[in-house]
Amino acid sequence: MNIAVCVKQVPDTEAPIRIRADGRGIEEGGLTFVPNYYDEHAIEEALRIKERLGGAVTLITAGPGRAVEALRAGLAMGADQAIHIQDAALEAADHIVLARLLAAAIAPLSCDLVLCGRLATDDNAAIVGPAIAEFLGLPQATAVTRLELGQGTARVHREVEGAVEILELSLPAVITVERTINEARYPSLPGIMKAKRTAITVRTLADLALAPDDLGPPRVELLSLTPPPRRQAGRILEGEPPAVVKELVRLLHEEARVL
Amino acid sequence: MEFALREEHRLVQTTVREWAATRLLPVAAELDRAGRYPPGLIRELGDLGLMGVFIPEAYGGGGMDTISYCIVMEEIARAEAGVSAVLSVNNSLDCFPIFQFGTEAQKRKYLPDLARGRRLGCYCLTEPTAGSDAASLRTTARDDGDHWVLDGTKIFVTNGVEADILIIYARTGGEGSGGISAFIAEKGDPGLSVGKVEHKLGIHTSSTCEIVLQSCRLPKDRLLGERGKGFHIALATLDGGRIGIASQALGIARAAMEDAAAYAKERRQFGRPIAEFQATQWKIADMATRIQAGRLLTYRAAWVRDQGRRHTREAAMAKLFASETAMWAATQAVQILGGYGYIQDYPVERHFRDAKITEIYEGTSEVQRVVIARHVLGLS
Amino acid sequence: MSRDVWVLAEHTDGHPRKVTLELLSKARDLAAALGGRVAALVLGESPAPLARELGARGADAVFVAEHPLLATYTTDAYTAVISPLVAREQPSLLLIGSTAAGRDLAPRLAARVRAGLVTDCAAVDLDGGRVVVTRPVMTRKAIARVAFRDGGLRIAVVLPNVFAPAPADATRAAQVIPVPVTLDPGAIRTRVAGMTPVARETVPLTEADIIVSGGRGLRGPENFALLKDLAAALGAAVGSSRPPVDSGWVPHDYEIGQTGKTVNPQLYIACGISGAPQHLAGMSSSRYIVAINKDPQAPIFGVASYGVVGDLFQILPLLTAEVRKLKAAQAG
Repeated sequence: MNIAVCVKQVPDTEAPIRIRADGRGIEEGGLTFVPNYYDEHAIEEALRIKERLGGAVTLITAGPGRAVEALRAGLAMGADQAIHIQDAALEAADHIVLARLLAAAIAPLSCDLVLCGRLATDDNAAIVGPAIAEFLGLPQATAVTRLELGQGTARVHREVEGAVEILELSLPAVITVERTINEARYPSLPGIMKAKRTAITVRTLADLALAPDDLGPPRVELLSLTPPPRRQAGRILEGEPPAVVKELVRLLHEEARVL
Repeated sequence: MEFALREEHRLVQTTVREWAATRLLPVAAELDRAGRYPPGLIRELGDLGLMGVFIPEAYGGGGMDTISYCIVMEEIARAEAGVSAVLSVNNSLDCFPIFQFGTEAQKRKYLPDLARGRRLGCYCLTEPTAGSDAASLRTTARDDGDHWVLDGTKIFVTNGVEADILIIYARTGGEGSGGISAFIAEKGDPGLSVGKVEHKLGIHTSSTCEIVLQSCRLPKDRLLGERGKGFHIALATLDGGRIGIASQALGIARAAMEDAAAYAKERRQFGRPIAEFQATQWKIADMATRIQAGRLLTYRAAWVRDQGRRHTREAAMAKLFASETAMWAATQAVQILGGYGYIQDYPVERHFRDAKITEIYEGTSEVQRVVIARHVLGLS
Repeated sequence: MSRDVWVLAEHTDGHPRKVTLELLSKARDLAAALGGRVAALVLGESPAPLARELGARGADAVFVAEHPLLATYTTDAYTAVISPLVAREQPSLLLIGSTAAGRDLAPRLAARVRAGLVTDCAAVDLDGGRVVVTRPVMTRKAIARVAFRDGGLRIAVVLPNVFAPAPADATRAAQVIPVPVTLDPGAIRTRVAGMTPVARETVPLTEADIIVSGGRGLRGPENFALLKDLAAALGAAVGSSRPPVDSGWVPHDYEIGQTGKTVNPQLYIACGISGAPQHLAGMSSSRYIVAINKDPQAPIFGVASYGVVGDLFQILPLLTAEVRKLKAAQAG
């Protein structure tokens, strides 16, 4: 099976961020960048399929130079090849434009399956996966917690409101995965060495036979980033448990009025 | 001169740091208290290629350089020092000598399992009457035609309880270092048994025991390297081992510093976090500086080794400085936590207990100083 | 382009989902400011009866698309019905609730009709003639204000529990507009083969007014019973931080946080939860937060309206009893 996995490099969620003075982005200096956590689960799922059925796993990312590290980490897990799309036009792209670009890079690969993480932890947008499916003209399944492959078909579990839905779809298809689908492996040292030796294909828009106009204009724009509203300082209730509990219930009833 | 880590080194660092933080650190205190060797975690380390970091991939190892090994050791030791001791012996004191001095048949037979963590190795040099004076060892190996027969007792064998593969140094010739040879033994060889298991001050997750040899019969193909070259093998092995221990010490020192710094930022006395008091700040500053100095010494020793050059002096300097830094930093950390530093609920007392061994094993600080002095003074 | 604001009306068991009612309420405000109407779009096997309730809750018009193949949500069927409809009617703005179906559909639809799309919206407003939304980013360490550029359909996928549903006004009747539907079964490339309910005693987390949530401090799965007792007394839903899910104590459906659900209740009671940023990202917009933790340094106390430093195994049963007393007094 030939599988393409979309990877995004994002800032480490553990670290604090600083908003740029112009409010149009965050300061990158001093930030640690990591592969999007959900994409690691997508890579893991692709590797498990490859181990069972054979084939190749190709990683794709669209991003600045530093994004190559996310590809190396994925190669170190065991992926076979990687494509890095780098172009100045990416600066202004919105998610739909990005999806169009990724679809153009994936189309020539003749994949049986395209996997993405359900969302990326920097913006939680969850847009690119299904949009890629549309641009490739493929069926999709999102937020998948279990994936079984049959002959030219896939059977997936999806989390929906209050239930798990079992969905069957024909391949090729685009599937976005939930983190609970598997335990992602750590890269091994031999894997890291192999990744170091693997050439990464770099592509610009021109290489994909695309002009910026072909992708269409971005339809949304970021106006500003602001820190979240500060919560009012609360209070710590002290005393013996029975007294504290009485006071808490009284406050919730009389002051907060939520009980 | 390039001071930045290469991309693959950074990837090793992030990978091992994350593994250690999620798999090892959360259970470190409990493993230490119970004195429990964690076979599942050792197996995971094997799967990641960390049990044979610098063994070529052809033999099942990680295929990486000594700097990668330093990074691995430091990150594991930062989480839990005992596991890093297990790792260090397997890598430096077993994989290395077999790779460097073994026959092709020996390499194929032992390295893949050792490097993948499927079988654990240990190293038997020290005896009740031969510690720093290792060349005076008394275990004998008699040539019995198609077997060697070994007799003697080895002590302070790290990994001795769990190990399947043992590198044993025994006397095949006359007095002194030239009469010593190295052998590869396996648990199950007749006449080889585990003796007394030691209860130690620290690194409780790693076992330390006696290995007793009573007419232990080893096939002839178990001789490692040339007859009479055993001591040379032991010393060459220790050069690499000391770089590993230096990294282990740095990991412990870093754990002490990070835990003390985190505590100092939260703990309030006299109306302020104690991190705002100069006395605390100076301790932290000195810890950070000495750790960085130790790391530079260690990385340099690793670099010289990777160049294929003699690195005895560099390794001794790194091990000496890093281990003394670890003990000092751990002591400072306990002091910063004050009364809480003495309580087992807090991790710094474990760092204090774990740090001490780094000043002792693989050559005491006194031995390191002698080695360094001999190089500087040009004495043999 | 018209000035109308549309709401994709999701429904279950013959009634609109709570988030649909929330969006209808907001749509009324937006449509009034734009000078347009509110239209609900409902798809299903026989969804026509929903038009009455949708009208009572704020819709001026209800587009009804009826077809057996629309009985359950599928990407292909819903996209095939909605895209020509929006292309023809050209609403100003389409609001979709952030449900599993909504998140599956919106990007596909946006790609097909080249709409502008923003997801996870926590606010939707008009600013100088433009539609501007705000959404949390970076594990809720920043709030982004995003504007739709001119031209083409705008789609906002909105978080639940952000807007209040308007009360039902039985005198309001919506104009019902049937949508002719032709669907080729062969063109629907996914098939729902089954549905297994996840046991949940009360309302879904994203709809709950009160949530009682547990973390590593509960020590084991059996202790979630303490939370369930309190939740029963409060009429609350039970949630969890990530560690209990990773340890297998509760299913992923319970998880609140960066890798789980984002919730916005009136009251969030965090028991044995330390308050790591990844968890706070999922609940820090709750109106009131109560934290119960034995560690006074736990970061959760930094966001709690009321904090109790103590042993939750002691506190929770006492709290449950006290709440029951209050409820009994209120009922009597």
